Amino acid sequence: MTSPDNLPGAPESGETPQVPVPAVPEPPVARRGMFGAQDTGDTSGYGGLVVRRAPQLSTPRPYGGYFDELVDALALDDAIDRVVVDRGELTLHVKRERLVEVCQKLRDDPELRFELSLGVTGVHYPHLVGEELHSVIHLCSITHNRRVRVETSAPDADPHIPSTVGVYPGHDWHERESYDFFGIVYDGHPGLTRIMMPDDWDGHPQRKDYPLGGIPVEYRGATIPAPDERRSYS
Amino acid sequence: MSTAYDEATEGKVYSVNGADWDEVVTGVRASEEERLVVNMGPQHPSTHGVLRLVLTLDGETVTEARGVIGYLHTGIEKNMEYRTWTQGTTFVTRMDYLSPIFNETAYCMGVEKLLGIEDRIPERAQAIRVMMMELNRISSHLVAMGTFGMELGATTPFLFGYRDREMVMDLFEYITGLRMNHAYIRPGGVSVDLPAGAVDKVGEFLKEMPKRIKDIRKLLDENPVYVRRTKDVAYLDLTGCMALGITGPILRAAGLPWDLRKSQPYCGYETYEFDVATERGCDVYSRYLVRMREMEESLKIIEQALDRIAGPLKGDPVMIEDKKIGWPAQLALGPDGFGNSPDHIAHIMGTSMEALIHHFKLVTEGFRVPAGQAYASIESPKGELGAHVVSDGGTRPYRVHFREPSFCNLQGFPAMAEGGQVADVIAAVASIDPVMGGVDR
Repeated sequence: MTSPDNLPGAPESGETPQVPVPAVPEPPVARRGMFGAQDTGDTSGYGGLVVRRAPQLSTPRPYGGYFDELVDALALDDAIDRVVVDRGELTLHVKRERLVEVCQKLRDDPELRFELSLGVTGVHYPHLVGEELHSVIHLCSITHNRRVRVETSAPDADPHIPSTVGVYPGHDWHERESYDFFGIVYDGHPGLTRIMMPDDWDGHPQRKDYPLGGIPVEYRGATIPAPDERRSYS
Repeated sequence: MSTAYDEATEGKVYSVNGADWDEVVTGVRASEEERLVVNMGPQHPSTHGVLRLVLTLDGETVTEARGVIGYLHTGIEKNMEYRTWTQGTTFVTRMDYLSPIFNETAYCMGVEKLLGIEDRIPERAQAIRVMMMELNRISSHLVAMGTFGMELGATTPFLFGYRDREMVMDLFEYITGLRMNHAYIRPGGVSVDLPAGAVDKVGEFLKEMPKRIKDIRKLLDENPVYVRRTKDVAYLDLTGCMALGITGPILRAAGLPWDLRKSQPYCGYETYEFDVATERGCDVYSRYLVRMREMEESLKIIEQALDRIAGPLKGDPVMIEDKKIGWPAQLALGPDGFGNSPDHIAHIMGTSMEALIHHFKLVTEGFRVPAGQAYASIESPKGELGAHVVSDGGTRPYRVHFREPSFCNLQGFPAMAEGGQVADVIAAVASIDPVMGGVDR
């Protein structure tokens, strides 16, 4: 039934029409392959898989729940880089130079009243160039029974974040801990010294570039490598 | 024994090693300095572990108090970044070693929030979690009360507290296999269902415990020595608590009925009937009363949870049905200890290659958790215990931070102790009930 007439003609010169596509900046690669194994061959057939990091975006309005009301009451949009609503939690990414102002308003405004702070903690994201060090504050309003997370970032080259001890005195030890573990310098802290590690300790242990350490352990003839030398599937 | 001037110290340093009091007393008497800086700890029987207190004394009055911590820092948060999500429970359980079940639950709730499976945790697992947490609250408060009495000179409450705590420890051993460091709560549920006879044992405990609590109350509630050493001592009012981020019994002893089990319920606490204990004294005695009442309320919750476990929820699963997350939760006691049940072993070793591969991958590699961050908080015996869990989409936590109530509350100790007598420092620290494993992590 088929005759050569029905078949599509072969391209004459091997030229395919090129449609110009604008270059899309692609987010950095988070992982290649399905199982994170780099050493032996990944025989699953997913060896070519590329997983990219999710882009950092603001959540569009409406945020849902009390979050809209909260952000409206705060009314400091120019101090906030991004508003992220994820897993039922509201995160305000605040410009570091405005952090104290935002905290003060969150605490004192009668519509906000975040009187209880649950402390400061750090996170180190080496892949986020220009904002490697994050300082995270969790706040709780007992008056309105609400929660919010205030996140600030600083580049590794200039790890300074203003201290919020003046607003929440309980941040004293928390900021010392975050300084100790991540090297974030809280400007204006009354006595920023190490709190967990000895005073003469080198480095900041919870940064991602700080090794965990450990030695291989021999047990019944087999040698188990140190935890950070073991095979990782991440 | 006196040492020569040290560059780092401001005055002459005396270290007391015993049998040298005369030398110390004459040395101090000769000095013109009125103030005395005394180091209490880091190893001192009344500091609940390795806590160092630097006290500046003017006579018997404490003019300045500083806490120095970090002696028990074990890098748990860092270590967790090199293990799977499930292995994390074995680390967090060792933080505040007097309330291991709470550490595990807070962490697992954080992981479950990241996975988005909070609504799919079986009800039986939630009821078991509640029962275990309330048992743990009783054992933690018993230690707090016992050590507290002893530090103020009453040894009988100590013996009573530890004797009664053994009953909870025995229950934990029977249910989880371990007295402490259980790693019993796992992401998705609990590691194993209650063994046969556990319900009866908890029932017996419920019958016995009210009497034991009453015994301690008889010893302390109206004991004139105890009351005089605790009433109006280490005063910290609501304003102070709020400013310093203090939660738990200290906050409730300042009159605020803030209990996350009521205000932001989790694990189904909204379905249990209980009261939040509050007092208005803002002092050590009020904190003691709050803890005693909380133990009595915990018994009510255990009773309700036990009714559900033995009744409508009997035979229900205790681990999430999702095979990609739920670890095999049918453990059994074998000749070589606690491990997977013979049925499960027969299944993976004898009948299904796929099940074997799945089991192997789930246990060695773990499950992936979608990228993001979450904060889960629960009401531990010491206050709000929060887990800030960050994932980058991998099989290991990217960062886990614990908002430890002991850490935050201990920070408030100078506010309680300054201006008081040196003997009241001990009462102040004891009323905070800090556990250094949790403070330093």
